[in-house]
Amino acid sequence: MDLNFTAEEDAFRAEVRQFLKDNLSDEIVAKMRGMEELTKEDLESWHATLQSRNWLAAGWPVEHGGPGWNATQRHIFDEECAAANAPRIVPFGLGMLGPVLLKFGTEEQKAEILPRILDGTDWWCQGYSEPGAGSDLASLKTKAERDGDDYIINGQKTWTTLGQHANKIFCLVRTSSEGKPQEGISFVLVDIDTPGIEMRPIRLLEGGYEVNEVFFTDVRVPVANRVGEENEGWTIAKYLLTHERTNIAGVGASTQALAELKMLAAKVSRKGKPLSTDPIFMAKVAETEIDLEAMRITNLRMLSADATGREAGTVSSMLKIKGTVIRQSINDLARRALGPAACPFPSEEVIGNLAVAPPEAARNAADYFNNRKLSIFGGSNEIQRNIITKNLFGA
Amino acid sequence: MDFTHTEDRRMISDSLRRYLADQYGIEHRNQAAYEAPFHDASKWAELAELGILGALVTEDQGGFGGHGFDIAVVFEELGRGLCPEPMLGNLLALRLYAALGQSDRVDAIVAGTARAALAVHETDAFVDLDEISIEANGSGDSVTLTGRKSVVYGGNSADHILVVAKNASGLGLYEIAPGDADVMGYAMIDGGGAAEVILENTKATTLSENARGIIEAALDAGRLALCAEAVGIMDVLRDTVKDYLLQRQQFGRPIALFQALQHRLVDFSIEIEQARSIVILAASKLGAEDRALHIARAKNLIGRAGKLVAEEAIQMHGGIGMTWEYGASHYAKRLIMIDAQLGDTEDQLRTSMELAAA
Repeated sequence: MDLNFTAEEDAFRAEVRQFLKDNLSDEIVAKMRGMEELTKEDLESWHATLQSRNWLAAGWPVEHGGPGWNATQRHIFDEECAAANAPRIVPFGLGMLGPVLLKFGTEEQKAEILPRILDGTDWWCQGYSEPGAGSDLASLKTKAERDGDDYIINGQKTWTTLGQHANKIFCLVRTSSEGKPQEGISFVLVDIDTPGIEMRPIRLLEGGYEVNEVFFTDVRVPVANRVGEENEGWTIAKYLLTHERTNIAGVGASTQALAELKMLAAKVSRKGKPLSTDPIFMAKVAETEIDLEAMRITNLRMLSADATGREAGTVSSMLKIKGTVIRQSINDLARRALGPAACPFPSEEVIGNLAVAPPEAARNAADYFNNRKLSIFGGSNEIQRNIITKNLFGA
Repeated sequence: MDFTHTEDRRMISDSLRRYLADQYGIEHRNQAAYEAPFHDASKWAELAELGILGALVTEDQGGFGGHGFDIAVVFEELGRGLCPEPMLGNLLALRLYAALGQSDRVDAIVAGTARAALAVHETDAFVDLDEISIEANGSGDSVTLTGRKSVVYGGNSADHILVVAKNASGLGLYEIAPGDADVMGYAMIDGGGAAEVILENTKATTLSENARGIIEAALDAGRLALCAEAVGIMDVLRDTVKDYLLQRQQFGRPIALFQALQHRLVDFSIEIEQARSIVILAASKLGAEDRALHIARAKNLIGRAGKLVAEEAIQMHGGIGMTWEYGASHYAKRLIMIDAQLGDTEDQLRTSMELAAA
């Protein structure tokens, strides 16, 4: 048992930290600290910066343009990025489709698509959930019917994150209604500009716009755009759920959010003293910090164990539940720290001119509401519990 | 012992419930709540006509209610209807005008011909009256005020603004005309309006030089109102979640059939009954000596129950509960933000501990 990182790992951490110091702009850091929405350009330019060092596709092997890091290196990289307030890498192409193609794609698909993800030519989004198929994803109804060398797709996808920036979408579609619902699903790649696709924004409760509905009406897609075999898309869907999730606990992001919370507590006052000296409030901060500290070690334990199969499912589900609950608790405390200063709707006017709350905290309530999504998306925490239960009882 | 409301209170509750259900559909409500002036001014006189402002002060003072239960029934319905009108600010001001015998102002507010608000918070004094730093300059008829009052509920649509400021004898209550100050209105994150009020040698009328007692009483009336509003909101969220669980099909059956979800709905329903009970107790104590303790206890429990209900309501709806279009998400937002107003769960816990030890 040794909880220390090796000298090589420490050197790697220093290298990452220096790179971030040299390459992350103050403007982006301010936006991240203030929980401002990043523009498409902000995200693309950050991706390009990382790619210039070959660090963009953290989970990809060297021969396909990744850095070839092990799980611990990736963890260190995530931690340092979060601590520096770097934007999160948009996961749909790099963390989802990339690994799927590496495992299930043809050589042609890999050669054509992977470089375009790396150089930013393509922005991928995800077509999984449907209005009637959320937790019960396998009941999805969007249909792909064969017509010669094409599929013709009809149906509706929803909760498509950042679809407004995308030119491509990977979808789970129904190619057969025979057998169990899981047995008739295929994984296909679609150009967003194909005739018959319509994207409509969904406004979230705090007022932001990051998810969309996507409607498919007689959308013609070459059969060659399918990944894996016909009717074996469910295997791919499940692969995505249990792999490429070293960062699922969000330890780095929560650590950074907790540091911000403590700075805020020192800045605002209750009863004429800094809130950071109030035992009632700080007891809750301390409890959250204890949970986070334990999760940091849990996360490292799981990374070292290099779990596979069933175990991997349990581990990533456990980290997802605990990680989201901790993050939401930090958000809750950050909103409370403001008292009534959390009340104003965070418009430009309120943040810029009126400055009711410290500028970096003005969106705390909005961020709290927005982050209620964490325990719902990517397989709700209820579904994660089902997965753990199944593994626990071997069902 | 009798836990039924009087006939008069039931009548006002019923008529307000019908009116809000009829006049504030969620789309209209949201439009009114988020676009200046952040409420539907055309409805104000009608709400006054229903008697809901008169219900907030006693007969002697120019109303026909004024007791804890009168405030509670009105605000419970305002919560049920997710009403964006600046009722909290007007309640605070109305209670103060009434306590000072300012019958012209009371009559105008009760009749719906004027609106008022209470400027008490400052950016470094959001909770504690002891931390207020704005000081009255001069005395009697020639007082001026300088400084910033922050998050003044309903301040953006008020005809008169009451300002809490320090003076030689303690805390005074002053009235300004909004036109004499810089009043900058905005929407709140859960809808409805508030304002920053910037005072610069602003001419003020002295209403009381020693107003601490009545200010504390008015704030407690406001806290009771917020608690009752929360109960109305929680009832709606419980019904909405129940209906959704029955209607939403996943894995070939309504999700209401999953025991894990049933038990969670039951758990938060139990908290709603606890909340209802403590609000009844607090309402009965509004005029009592131990008012402050009971109000603080109520708002602490409401804060805890409200967080549970709001977060569970969103979670049990899944993605749809995260959307602007869905009504329940707005109820959940309001329920969470009620905690931030007039002292949150922790503030009330501190107060409860101090007063229980005293």
